[in-house]
Amino acid sequence: MADFDQELDASGLNCPLPILRAKKTLNGMESGKVLHIIATDPGSVKDFEAFAKQTGNELMESKEEGGKFHFLIKKA
Amino acid sequence: MEQKKLAIIATKGSLDWAYPPFILGSTAAALGYEVEIFFTFYGLQLLKKKLDLKVTPLGNPGMPMPLGMDKWFPVLGTTLPGMEAVMTMMMKKKMADKGVASIEELRELSLEADVRFIACQMTVDLFDMDQSQFIDGIEYAGAARFFEFAGEADICMYI
Repeated sequence: MADFDQELDASGLNCPLPILRAKKTLNGMESGKVLHIIATDPGSVKDFEAFAKQTGNELMESKEEGGKFHFLIKKA
Repeated sequence: MEQKKLAIIATKGSLDWAYPPFILGSTAAALGYEVEIFFTFYGLQLLKKKLDLKVTPLGNPGMPMPLGMDKWFPVLGTTLPGMEAVMTMMMKKKMADKGVASIEELRELSLEADVRFIACQMTVDLFDMDQSQFIDGIEYAGAARFFEFAGEADICMYI
């Protein structure tokens, strides 16, 4: 997994909390910085794709590892 | 790109139906939408400072019941005193176990994300409610006020 600047563990949280927490964390970050999100909600895979598409923040990576979902989002 | 707008009318005051307006409102705000929710009739329960929302199996054949109760429990059983309290407790526990946010939390997150809440003034008068019962930061207005925003909205939903 590529480098990241900040991490958000949304494990155990269900829709829409991972997205809401990610948005809040991104709000406090500078443009170009990368956020690593960890989630256990299977719905978050499609949700983070849709989030990136609609907000313009780039989804650099999305993968499943050890029963958890990992996302890297670069703030626009 | 111009900011998209979402207008929601929230008309229901039970625990299960409290979720859609707050989930969709807060998520839309996170996606960059400007959001307004107009609370009317039983939907006003969702704006009370102290929430006391319940869920009931009564008249709701789609509600999954624990322990196979829906198989052997007669419909009349759902009217038993205490059934509503039991189902509400079980639902809240299940939601907490599955990491589903509470209504209080989703409402707070919506406000933090600048979702605007409008309470129907007519309903407040109709049910002799007092503004002191409701959380701060609410606008009190009528149908025309809703259309001012809804008329410009990209999405409008009635819940």
